[in-house]
Amino acid sequence: MNLWWLMLVCGVITFAIRYSFIAAEGHYQPPTWFRRLLPFVPIAALTALTVPELLLVHGEIVLGGSNSRLWAGLVAIIVAALWRNTLLTIGCGFLALFLLQRS
Amino acid sequence: MTHTQAFSLGLRSVMPMLLGVAPFGVIYGVVALQSGIPALAAMAMSSIVFAGSAQFLLAQLVGAGAPLLLTAGAVGLVNLRHALYSASVAPVLAHLPRRWKILLAYLLTDEAYAAAIPHLMAVEANSPHAAQAHWILFGSGFGLWAGWQLATLAGVLLGAQLPSNLGLEFALPLTFIAIVVPMIVDRARLVAALAAGAVAVILAAMPYKVGLFIAATAGLVAGVATPRKVK
Repeated sequence: MNLWWLMLVCGVITFAIRYSFIAAEGHYQPPTWFRRLLPFVPIAALTALTVPELLLVHGEIVLGGSNSRLWAGLVAIIVAALWRNTLLTIGCGFLALFLLQRS
Repeated sequence: MTHTQAFSLGLRSVMPMLLGVAPFGVIYGVVALQSGIPALAAMAMSSIVFAGSAQFLLAQLVGAGAPLLLTAGAVGLVNLRHALYSASVAPVLAHLPRRWKILLAYLLTDEAYAAAIPHLMAVEANSPHAAQAHWILFGSGFGLWAGWQLATLAGVLLGAQLPSNLGLEFALPLTFIAIVVPMIVDRARLVAALAAGAVAVILAAMPYKVGLFIAATAGLVAGVATPRKVK
């Protein structure tokens, strides 16, 4: 029973965080500087999620050839910059990872 | 754009990420059972909490017998970055009735946000498309929700019989790259990305993923602080 209460509490907390600004919109006047931050949210948040996945191996920065995720990620970044195509980027990234892990 | 088209645009955009999310869902199911959580509760958690990394943490802390307050606090910290997504999509959802806001907030994960935001940003305010834009977020949110439920179910039922070392998780960073790189159209956005990435690596060892939230915030501040080029 305790477990179900814990899940409920955690569910409510998670929902409250996600609902916070959506619920408050229209009920408060955010300062201008806050509005200016918002266009950067996708870039900042998603890059923060991604870069450690590429650079870190078991918590350590690995730049050498043994870190195939880093090099496959760089291939994906170049493909994304040149062609701006989601599936092509994912395909080339996986292909690079596959080739690097085999070599 | 009709609401069906908007919904299917969101659904299609989240599909590549399901490839990366599925192994996480399966492993979560396995970890939850190993922590002594009954199968039914492990499945229910995917609907009640519906947050990948928080569910992993929750399962581990339950297994370790951590006190309720600490567990709840840790789950809150892990999900803190979702407040940024909430602020980011709030203006687009402002006109909606409360039931829509509640539904979309419940579905607001990293992946659903990432899949929908390029399309939401492309919709111009007060255009005919703006009235349907929330269907894009509903499409990506629903797609991820359904995929997560199926993956955790597979993990709970089949568990360790499923291969989990295929490297499919790499689909997530790859999709995020495909979404973010085309958004970097000026110097301020490049600085925001570099700052967020660097801080995320430096603070990666912080507990409960607090480093992610600090890194994202650092990226926002760095982006705004970058002076625009004088023409």
